[in-house]
Amino acid sequence: MTPLRSDLALIAREVPAGARVLDVGCGDGALLAALRDGRGADARGLEIDAANVAAAMAQGLAVVQGDADRDLADYPSDSFDIAILSQTLQTTYRPDRVIGELLRIAPRAFVSFPNFAHWRVRWSLMWNGRMPVTRELPVSWYETPNIHHLTVRDFKGFVAERHLAIDGAWYLAGGQAIGAAGANWRAEQAVFALRRG
Amino acid sequence: MATTIRELAHHALTLPQALPLDCGTVLDDVVVAYEAYGTLSPARDNAILLCHALTMDQYVASSHPMTGKPGWWERVVGPGLTIDTDRYFVICANVLGSCMGSTGPASIDAATGAPYAMRFPVVTIADMVRAQMALVDALGIEQLHAVVGGSMGGMQALSLAAHYPERVGRALIIASAARHSAQNIAFHEVGRQAIMADPDWQGGDYYASGRVPTKGLSVARMAAHITYLSEAGLTAKFGRRLQDRDVKTFGFDADFQIESYLRHQGISFVDRFDANSYLYITRAMDYFDLAEPYEGRLAEAFRGSPVRFGLISFDSDWLYPTAESRRIVQALHAAGAEASFVELSSPFGHDAFLLDSPELWQLIGGFIGAIR
Repeated sequence: MTPLRSDLALIAREVPAGARVLDVGCGDGALLAALRDGRGADARGLEIDAANVAAAMAQGLAVVQGDADRDLADYPSDSFDIAILSQTLQTTYRPDRVIGELLRIAPRAFVSFPNFAHWRVRWSLMWNGRMPVTRELPVSWYETPNIHHLTVRDFKGFVAERHLAIDGAWYLAGGQAIGAAGANWRAEQAVFALRRG
Repeated sequence: MATTIRELAHHALTLPQALPLDCGTVLDDVVVAYEAYGTLSPARDNAILLCHALTMDQYVASSHPMTGKPGWWERVVGPGLTIDTDRYFVICANVLGSCMGSTGPASIDAATGAPYAMRFPVVTIADMVRAQMALVDALGIEQLHAVVGGSMGGMQALSLAAHYPERVGRALIIASAARHSAQNIAFHEVGRQAIMADPDWQGGDYYASGRVPTKGLSVARMAAHITYLSEAGLTAKFGRRLQDRDVKTFGFDADFQIESYLRHQGISFVDRFDANSYLYITRAMDYFDLAEPYEGRLAEAFRGSPVRFGLISFDSDWLYPTAESRRIVQALHAAGAEASFVELSSPFGHDAFLLDSPELWQLIGGFIGAIR
């Protein structure tokens, strides 16, 4: 088994055993499989790409093909303990509504996203005047699925504005955890644990 | 022809008890013809029930006794295949109302000594499932590992999971729906009217007359067959190509390949299917609406269900479109039941579930084989 992507490994450690978990944008189900096998979680997924859903289903995972912007409305309130949105927020049409839906479906949520204020991104924009193509953002502007770039500071601002609570925040660079100091410069990725405010 | 159908020998069980039907009638001495593959484990926990579609039968992985054609899922069910009969005990029963050995309108009514014909009670999908569960009981199986079905088979799988949630581990529903749509009822009505308009139908009492409504049944099949395909598929396969000729005849012969193909589909169907069974089974599908007892709230049918559900649709299937599968998924979510769903891409329309599709087979294998 290939090791989990660093933000997923971090989230997997934080999910309590036996939790009911919905992974929104679950890809091929790597996190779901880890939560099911390692945490005994009742883990289910929503994924937009048919090939990914098929791969997950073939592993016996409960994954539904659908779009986070549209299909989260189908899930009843409080039907899960934890909702997860990893590396998906920036691809949604209305990230604010998606987060609202996550915290309707579950009282707690983990959200991870690439930090657009990382110094490499700033450098690229500043010196080249071009949209950055980096390790975390490897695709050109015209074909990137990321349509709502955001920064650590943007996210914290949004959370405050919506009166949500932050239970924890983790920052990653080069796949390694880093401290919170200067995170908006130094973090390539951020993971937030949210709770209804 | 219908007489030949009746005289075939099938592997069958006469139900030990009378079968109550949704219409209120109780049917005695019901015969359920079935095929079984593989071996039932000592724990009796490896049984998979396959449910067949409208015009199919129990010959899922063995040659058809009338046509000699391979089973309808012979590439899927067998030793070492997707539904591995070295591992699973696979059962497929001819549905109640059909004509391949199970009790239907062509069967003899003990009360009169003559075929039931239109005196056969109108049966439902739930009745078909009840008959199959009686077979499952008779085989000594308490819990099915899985129930799997496409099209009308999917309706049975859904119905079984809804009505017997403790008796099945997982339900895989392919290219199906929780209700028959107005459009689907409309196509069925065209088929039924074609049969009943055939003078040889004789109010359904054609069995002893030596005449059977082949023309009507054949037209019904032709109309239905179009709904199993897609426009893109028809265009790719036939286009406007002419059949064995270079120019149009300026007549009403089968000039076009598609006409010739449909006529062939119609004619070959009447040799193996009873017209009255076609009326009864299409009616059962029309009556199917799992949400009806709950005033349209489908989720109520699955409330607290321990069954693990899998749904698969095809993007070019306009008979049972993806939206119908999504509606089921929404209901399962609302009911808190475990659901997986994927829409596969295929140019072949509704028929895609019967065609060679390694992508589909992998999904089926993964879904039924995965450890809970």
